[in-house]
Amino acid sequence: MSNQLKAWDRVLKAREAQRPKASDYIENLIDDFMELHGDRNYGDDKAFICGIGYLEGIPVTVIAQQKGKTTKENMERNFGMPNPEGYRKAIRLMKQAEKFGRPIITIIDTPGAYPGMGAEERGQGEAIARSMFEMSQLKTPIIAVVIGEGSSGGALAICIADKIYMLENAVYSILSPEGFASILYKDSSKCKEAAENMKLTSYDLKELGIIDEIIKEPKKGIENDFEKVVHQLRQKILQDIAEIEKMKPTEMLEKRYEKYRQIGNTFD
Amino acid sequence: MVIDQIKKINQVGSEIVKNEEASNMLIGKWVKCDNCKEILYKEEVHENLNVCPNCGKHFRISSRRRIAQIVDEGTFEEMNSDMPIKDPLHFEGYVKKIQALQEKTKLKEAVQTGIGEIYGEKAILAVMDGNFMMGSMGSVVGEKITYAIEEATKQRLPIIIFCVSGGARMQEGIISLMQMAKTTQAFMKLNKAGLLSVCVLTDPTTGGVTASFASLGDIILAEPKALIGFAGPRVIEQTVKQKLPEGFQSSEFLLEHGFIDKIVERKDMKKVLYQILKLHHSTENK
Repeated sequence: MSNQLKAWDRVLKAREAQRPKASDYIENLIDDFMELHGDRNYGDDKAFICGIGYLEGIPVTVIAQQKGKTTKENMERNFGMPNPEGYRKAIRLMKQAEKFGRPIITIIDTPGAYPGMGAEERGQGEAIARSMFEMSQLKTPIIAVVIGEGSSGGALAICIADKIYMLENAVYSILSPEGFASILYKDSSKCKEAAENMKLTSYDLKELGIIDEIIKEPKKGIENDFEKVVHQLRQKILQDIAEIEKMKPTEMLEKRYEKYRQIGNTFD
Repeated sequence: MVIDQIKKINQVGSEIVKNEEASNMLIGKWVKCDNCKEILYKEEVHENLNVCPNCGKHFRISSRRRIAQIVDEGTFEEMNSDMPIKDPLHFEGYVKKIQALQEKTKLKEAVQTGIGEIYGEKAILAVMDGNFMMGSMGSVVGEKITYAIEEATKQRLPIIIFCVSGGARMQEGIISLMQMAKTTQAFMKLNKAGLLSVCVLTDPTTGGVTASFASLGDIILAEPKALIGFAGPRVIEQTVKQKLPEGFQSSEFLLEHGFIDKIVERKDMKKVLYQILKLHHSTENK
């Protein structure tokens, strides 16, 4: 039944304030989580929560984009729109994870990288590019989970992974349906139509081979049975880590490369 | 200079025509510089590498002209010149639009890739073209650039990428977005193989191209006064609700903020590229 939801309905669900945020996933998935701050260069971007902890006893590094649940938190978190220092914090801690052989879990939930003046002055484009550049050859397993809104390069920047999960009602797209409509239809109010055409739902993206697996959401709403979602995710990630760690690092990197190499060649 | 010639022409006969009207009348042979507003003789502009002889404004040029300006005559061998169009979203009118552009521009897509020599130094080249859907990157552009980078890695050659792009191509949706990942990871492999990459940013280089390979060259050059950024100026102005200062996101601005190595005028570009290739020559082919 939920398979029948319109794309636009999922966009709205993906953005709901009560929908679990990255901090909820961290709290339920990771034991003894310790947040680590700063990019060692400019500042600490609160649109990213990064840190270390245990997943069922395995030390992991978590790189997560955080939207607020309240207006106050959203102000603090810049509505989940990272600045360059957010990506640079992520890069720093992902390289640290590689150094200590820790698997990386990235959690994606952003309306996009922040299009502000400071962001441009500090190289937003370079920061996003560098993050993908480094992730593509990190010798440690990377698991990505799109939990809400995965919009544009700001989302993709931390989505270069060995395995990509997507929550059933999350969306992942080149930009927001409003932006898409205003560029291509010259009318941002046509966002519903845009959403239908953009192929941004988990089912569309699974079909296109952009993501690996969909995490089903409970019928009564994800916020009402979050434990069930977390349990599924935990089991799957543990299984993935075990499988990826069986591979030689070169094989892991080659597979990661092929994953993105094939995208765009699999349809016609 | 040229404006004086125009004034003379204007005064032929008894009626004095205003400059602007004159420029309209003389369309075909004359162009108006959108920067200094000087009326310029087209042929003179062309001979000046499409740079305004009056103010030095670098006008946009086609990939074909760029290749002719940079690559030794007769050495350019194009790769993948004819890849099939892809329309993953089945976006209304997209295929027709591409076909019309192919007809009009005599180009197949927004980038030309190949191998060529610069004063005898061999390199792989990818030259984007702003006349083709504003140089936007869809699956064909992404594939051609990725292939070129992989070919450079395989043949152990340096790669030079001339960038001009409005960013990822909207009509191919998420598939376009993924081209950023694809090109970037190929760039990383080239990097790990110890090979040289040079990116030349030209007006405009924005969005998904800035946020992928364009920002990752070992050496990043830019033409003067090009617009270079991640978000477009209008989007930024709408977000911060203020007008951007003059020169924001220009090549000069990026140089000042540490994101490019050097600004190079078009007349010096070939020489500078040669100098870079020559210095790195011994590190290739090892």
